[in-house]
Amino acid sequence: MELIGKTKIDFMGMKKVTFVISGIIALIGLIAIIQIGRGAANMGIDFSGGIAMQLKFDKPVTIQQAREALVREGVKDAELQEITDGNKLLIKIRKGSQGDVKVADHIQDVLKKEFPANPFQVESSTEIGPSIGEKLKKDTLVAVAISMLGIVLYIAWRFDFKFGVAAVVATLHDVLAIFAVFFLLHKEVNLLLITAVLTIAGYSMTDTVVVFDRIRENLHKSLKDPLMDVFNRSINEVLSRTIVTSLTAFLSAVALLVFGGEVIHDFAFALAVGIAVGTYSSVFVASPIVVIWEKAPEEVKA
Amino acid sequence: MKKYAWRVSLIALFIVASIVYLVPTVVGQLPSWWSGVLPKDKIHLGLDLQGGTHLVMGVETQKAVEGQLDLIATDIEDSLNEQKVRFKKVGKISSDRVQVTLYDSASADAVQKLVKKKYPDLELLPATNEGGFVNMQLRINEKEAQVRKDRAVAQALETIRNRIDQFGVAEPIIQREGIDHIVVQLPGIKDPKRAIELIGKTARLEFKLVDENVNAATATPGTIPEDDELLYEKRTDPTTGAVSETPLVVKRKAMITGELLTDAQIRIDSQYNQPYVAIEFNSTGARLFDQVTAANVGKRFAIVLDNNIYSAPVIRERISGGSAQISGSFTEKDASDLAIVLRAGSLPAPVKILQNVTVGPSLGADSIHKGLFAGLIGVALVVVFMAIYYKISGMVANIGMVLNIVYLMGAMAALGATLTLPGIAAIVLLVGMSVDANVLIFERIREELRLGKTPHAALDAGYDKAFLTIMDSHVTTLITAAVLFQFGTGPVKGFAVSLSLGIIINLFTSLVSTRVIFDMFLDRVRVKRLSI
Repeated sequence: MELIGKTKIDFMGMKKVTFVISGIIALIGLIAIIQIGRGAANMGIDFSGGIAMQLKFDKPVTIQQAREALVREGVKDAELQEITDGNKLLIKIRKGSQGDVKVADHIQDVLKKEFPANPFQVESSTEIGPSIGEKLKKDTLVAVAISMLGIVLYIAWRFDFKFGVAAVVATLHDVLAIFAVFFLLHKEVNLLLITAVLTIAGYSMTDTVVVFDRIRENLHKSLKDPLMDVFNRSINEVLSRTIVTSLTAFLSAVALLVFGGEVIHDFAFALAVGIAVGTYSSVFVASPIVVIWEKAPEEVKA
Repeated sequence: MKKYAWRVSLIALFIVASIVYLVPTVVGQLPSWWSGVLPKDKIHLGLDLQGGTHLVMGVETQKAVEGQLDLIATDIEDSLNEQKVRFKKVGKISSDRVQVTLYDSASADAVQKLVKKKYPDLELLPATNEGGFVNMQLRINEKEAQVRKDRAVAQALETIRNRIDQFGVAEPIIQREGIDHIVVQLPGIKDPKRAIELIGKTARLEFKLVDENVNAATATPGTIPEDDELLYEKRTDPTTGAVSETPLVVKRKAMITGELLTDAQIRIDSQYNQPYVAIEFNSTGARLFDQVTAANVGKRFAIVLDNNIYSAPVIRERISGGSAQISGSFTEKDASDLAIVLRAGSLPAPVKILQNVTVGPSLGADSIHKGLFAGLIGVALVVVFMAIYYKISGMVANIGMVLNIVYLMGAMAALGATLTLPGIAAIVLLVGMSVDANVLIFERIREELRLGKTPHAALDAGYDKAFLTIMDSHVTTLITAAVLFQFGTGPVKGFAVSLSLGIIINLFTSLVSTRVIFDMFLDRVRVKRLSI
């Protein structure tokens, strides 16, 4: 079976449109990262420090009721979130105002008192001191920087410099896209998201490498053809593999997203978004960059 | 047949090894003949899957150094008294200095000799004259302080380990991390709050005499004599639960400390049915206790733990024999935890809980179920897709994927790796990626077939041409996985472990295992058309 037969799509011709789209995505991603850096995004407490608790009640509790109860007892800046299945409530307090270990106990006491007929279980509770959050932020930045550097060096060694830069730009584009989506949907930025982002960085690079491999091969074979044609032909040749592999990885990520449970939900979401964007970027971001850079076919040295 | 003998045997060897390593995980009770070199370790589950508490504690090492300076000051004071050297005052004056104030420079020599002998590691600054007194300062230098801080963390680690052992937690992990952090993992713990209190308690036990000359009710920290301190005795009313605080003024100097204990046990008072802790002193402690009680009959003796007075009974008579009891208004749990911390010894410095992640067992079990279910769905989707899209070749790729999963689980068991929820996600992701390599090869083969090559020639060309691409794509992913492993903690580390093992294994299965299936098949059967 074949999803798509032999195609002759002019991918490079679309670069004006796709560059605009990618530019907008990257811009939103940059804004998102600046906001994250300022702490203005929905930061997970592993970075900001604070308390997060997941409680499972016997009977349904509305956010409204819980918030009123907490405010009455002086817990004012708690963020509440309902988890749809099983009367679960997520309570989060970032550091600064009441980021004290004792607050976790206090909240439990308050809820016990306010909802005497509706007992709950503490399913998970996380308390993180500000110093740990700071350390984690630093470690994460170092981790992202090192892995990016490692990949650039590898690609630069395997291909030539222009391909390396293009691959890294495409990967950065994907990373920015994930941050953009998370920022726009106001989803939590936490350590798991960073893990997903790094995984996607590796995945996106893989995807780009496959396309570049074919371009390089065809460049050697047909030195006389115009560069645009070689690129378009190469992408068309590997198009079905690009779609098939993305599809299988995407299917797995969606399975996690739908059935994996709430702990891993956002993580799987980031992976699914990343796989989709990663596939797009190797065709529409990485390759056009090399084409623009290498104006004339005589200059190709790959 | 001969040309793929080594490949087939390698594949078979890995399968057998994986299964052997997986037996302890899968089988609940190992049979009796399963012994000797056969593996017994299960795949560890991370705390996010089995429930439990992950703590990161910071040891306040500066306080350990300051505490030691206090001890040194007390010791110098005692020695000077013993040698009948007259002095005005000995005490810690800053975070790294002890000052001895003398009346004349003649006694300075004696002090110098004493310090040289007892504390050769400390720096003795030149004596200065000030208002008719001679000041001598002892300084603990940066390097020496570092040594002591380091020792304090090591000692805290040991004490915490003792306490957890005595509390009874199965397979705890207690590790030092960085300079002054201690990481404690308590899998499957039922009462995390109690455990945290037990671990985090400094548990410095001191016996101090009550200063009966000062009226405690009106005393404030500013008005009491310099060698006294104001402490509180907390009592909880067993019926109402109300907490009352009674102030007491005690001598700053501890007569006896917890280091002199040999044992502490919980006992129940037969008369009032009240729990208390019975303690035993070692010979030095017993002698001191005998002397102090003999000299202070009729006075009150405060039992102080971490600057809280537990009780302050009146000394009715001289107590020899080296045993005593700590009573107070505590429950049986409190008393038993107190006995544990006294037996395990005190922490050399207070610890602060910097991070506490607790996952309840129900959420953990839920995560496993959902993770495995999602995994199965993911596998099923991919299997069906591959079978439809690449027909028989797709099934070969599916065999490769199943081999991947078996190898990966086997490798995780063999290495004692920890499986976390993101780790399960990595495995599911790997399912998608494991067919990636095969897809690359298959698409290549299809292209070669379109060029009119024979099945075998197309197969060879497909594998050869896809090889470099597969290597490149795997190495890039491996780079990120390695970085995640180096920097991640807990669940993220689990993800990195699963991912990197998976990538390496996938390289083997896609380049060796599936290939050998095709080779064997094409050698035996003369096929005109490849089902791909």
